[in-house]
Amino acid sequence: MQPSVAVPISVDPEKSWVLPNRGIVGMWCLITAEAAIFLIFIVAYVYYLGKNLSGPTPSEVLELPIFGTICLLSSSLTVHAAVVALRKGNVRRCALALALTVALGAIFLLTTAKEWHHLIYEAGLTIRTNLFGTTYYSLVGLHATHVIVGLLLLTAALLFSLSGRVTEEHAERLEVLSLYWHFVDAVWVIVFLVVYVIGR
Amino acid sequence: MANATTTLEAIDLNSPAARPPRASVIYEWLTTVDHKKIGLMYIVYALLFLVVAGAQALVMRIQLAVPNNHFVSPQVFNRLFTMHGTTMIFFVAVPVLFGFGNYLIPLMIGARDMAFPRLNAFSFWLSAFGGFLLYLSYIAGNGLYGAGSAPDVGWFAYAPLTAKVFSPGHSTDYWTLSVLLSGIGTTGTAINIVATAFCMRCKGMTLTRMPLFVWLYLVASCMVFVVVSPLSAAQIMLCLDRYLGSHFFDTQAGGSAVLWMHFFWIFGHPEVYILILPTFAFMNEIIPVFSRKAIFGYPAMVAASVGIGFVSLSVWAHHMFTVGMGPAGNTFFVFATMVVSVPTGIKMFNWLATIWGGKVIYQVPMMFAVGFLFQFLMAGLTGIMLSAAPFDWQLSASYFVVAHFHYVIVGGILFSLFAAFYYWYPKMTGRMMSERLGKWHFWLFIIGFHITFDFMHIPGLLGMPRRVYTYEAGRGWEVWNLIVGIGAIIQTIATLIFVYNLIYSYFRGKIAGPDPWDAWTLEWATASPPQPYNFAVEPTITSRRPLWDLKHPEDPDSSYE
Repeated sequence: MQPSVAVPISVDPEKSWVLPNRGIVGMWCLITAEAAIFLIFIVAYVYYLGKNLSGPTPSEVLELPIFGTICLLSSSLTVHAAVVALRKGNVRRCALALALTVALGAIFLLTTAKEWHHLIYEAGLTIRTNLFGTTYYSLVGLHATHVIVGLLLLTAALLFSLSGRVTEEHAERLEVLSLYWHFVDAVWVIVFLVVYVIGR
Repeated sequence: MANATTTLEAIDLNSPAARPPRASVIYEWLTTVDHKKIGLMYIVYALLFLVVAGAQALVMRIQLAVPNNHFVSPQVFNRLFTMHGTTMIFFVAVPVLFGFGNYLIPLMIGARDMAFPRLNAFSFWLSAFGGFLLYLSYIAGNGLYGAGSAPDVGWFAYAPLTAKVFSPGHSTDYWTLSVLLSGIGTTGTAINIVATAFCMRCKGMTLTRMPLFVWLYLVASCMVFVVVSPLSAAQIMLCLDRYLGSHFFDTQAGGSAVLWMHFFWIFGHPEVYILILPTFAFMNEIIPVFSRKAIFGYPAMVAASVGIGFVSLSVWAHHMFTVGMGPAGNTFFVFATMVVSVPTGIKMFNWLATIWGGKVIYQVPMMFAVGFLFQFLMAGLTGIMLSAAPFDWQLSASYFVVAHFHYVIVGGILFSLFAAFYYWYPKMTGRMMSERLGKWHFWLFIIGFHITFDFMHIPGLLGMPRRVYTYEAGRGWEVWNLIVGIGAIIQTIATLIFVYNLIYSYFRGKIAGPDPWDAWTLEWATASPPQPYNFAVEPTITSRRPLWDLKHPEDPDSSYE
């Protein structure tokens, strides 16, 4: 057993050795993987556009969800504000911004719920009705699922900050969460364009 | 950084002496987040499934050995080839490769663990339960035929056969849910590997000094994100179809069966590269060490790996030439498929150049490595043949295709895996594998392999379709199938010798010491097996071969890089 198989010793210990934050790298990986999942659902949506064997069609029943979209997109700004506030050590402002984010996200979910209620009970469109129903509910539902996951995580962060457990040193972790939330918002822009603009 | 004396004192190369009670050992393994334990669990779990799926293959070869055979029923045969394919890809190849990656990547980059140890354990157990769920189907649920409900739709599960109407009961649900679970586990581990390679390297290990092993795992893991996700998405769609009555793949309601083929093969073909890149990683470590030379063309190897990663994303539809994509689509995929052989060729020549002029030591790992080089070349050549659309129209879904991809997976991936087992077993257990049994294993396996898979091409050329349950006499296929069956038995014997060697050497093998092969990467700087913390002092390196620098301070690599 040769102890000489130890490891070589630094040549220039003064030189700083900085590697990227693993949370950020991990989240970018997750975002890439999730983007690929969304891409497949979007491809399916576009591929089946106009191939319905029966009604209702998108142009008959879909309306532009402008209000919900504004809420969701502005929640990106508020979550960013939360990260900035925490970096500066302003925990109260961070909690306020997080609360706003959660509220805006919840409003978006409510508008989606209202839209689905209208489609199911008034327009008679379910996931079984036709290809439009199949692709619409799965794509928008997949996005809504991601919103729900994001809201759960944001709520957890909010509760932690209200109970005083969040400090400046957690800024990078909150940034990882905010990356996810920005991604959910960015996906909505694509879904909005595909479903409500091009698809209609 | 500490000075030299404290470093030597801090590294303790002794293994823990007293054995803890058995219950606490089990508890420790079940709850561990140590990358080495998780890696070993991946490997052992994959080996168990390798034996199961290998037995399935043997039963199929017995069934096909003579014409008009009724060794098993047609229903059982359909289940056998479905379970064999699904198990081998999702629950043998992927876990065993991730097992080696898990074990070795942190050691090679001088880290103490993966970037996310708990995610690592989570991903392992997801994949593990995926496999258990798949095999639960044999005893659970009301299947199509009353007893058990093992899936029988083939490993690529083409629509509309998977629709509720054509696959009643829960057999297809077992398939789709277990594959979905395994896919999520795979993605989790891939995230971990990428984050580890980017964020956990020891001081001095720039990306250009990272071992090629880690580079290849990095490329393969990046591919997982864009490749496994489409499969997960398609499985979600299939679940929606089966449980909620949506119409993605329901041709009666305007859905498209071809869309499933696209989604599946967008996963399915790059998956082959996700499996082959880690085996290239093994070659990149083993060939230089046993040729006593540094790897030839490090930057070209990295570039070729990244090139393979990109090009392989655009070759999937060569599995679908017979669907009728039209001349433009066919031409594109013929061209893309042929292009992917260019970076692969670069790698091949670099390995040959590494061996060229080296003092080659033919121990068992190197023997398997040379076998890999030859067989992977052959497999690539039949791949080029099949990439030509007109040739493929003739031979698609024949035994020629089966022979081709088994040549890749057995002749390529499995051979380099065996090489990796013999090479890193001393590091993982502290003992050498028996060289004598290893040579028996190698020679029997390579003979059995060539008898099986060389001759399997011929019934394919003679028109024998894949997946047939049995065939009539007088078509000229009998003798070839008999030969193939005999080869399968020889391979089984060889594999049993290998398993025996694994167990025998664990108890009786020669003590290995930390660096039995006189190798150059950081994993050999730790004890065998390494302590839970890997490195007592975090290492600092100045070249691609830190242990070379240490052993040859008069001529360090760092003066050339």
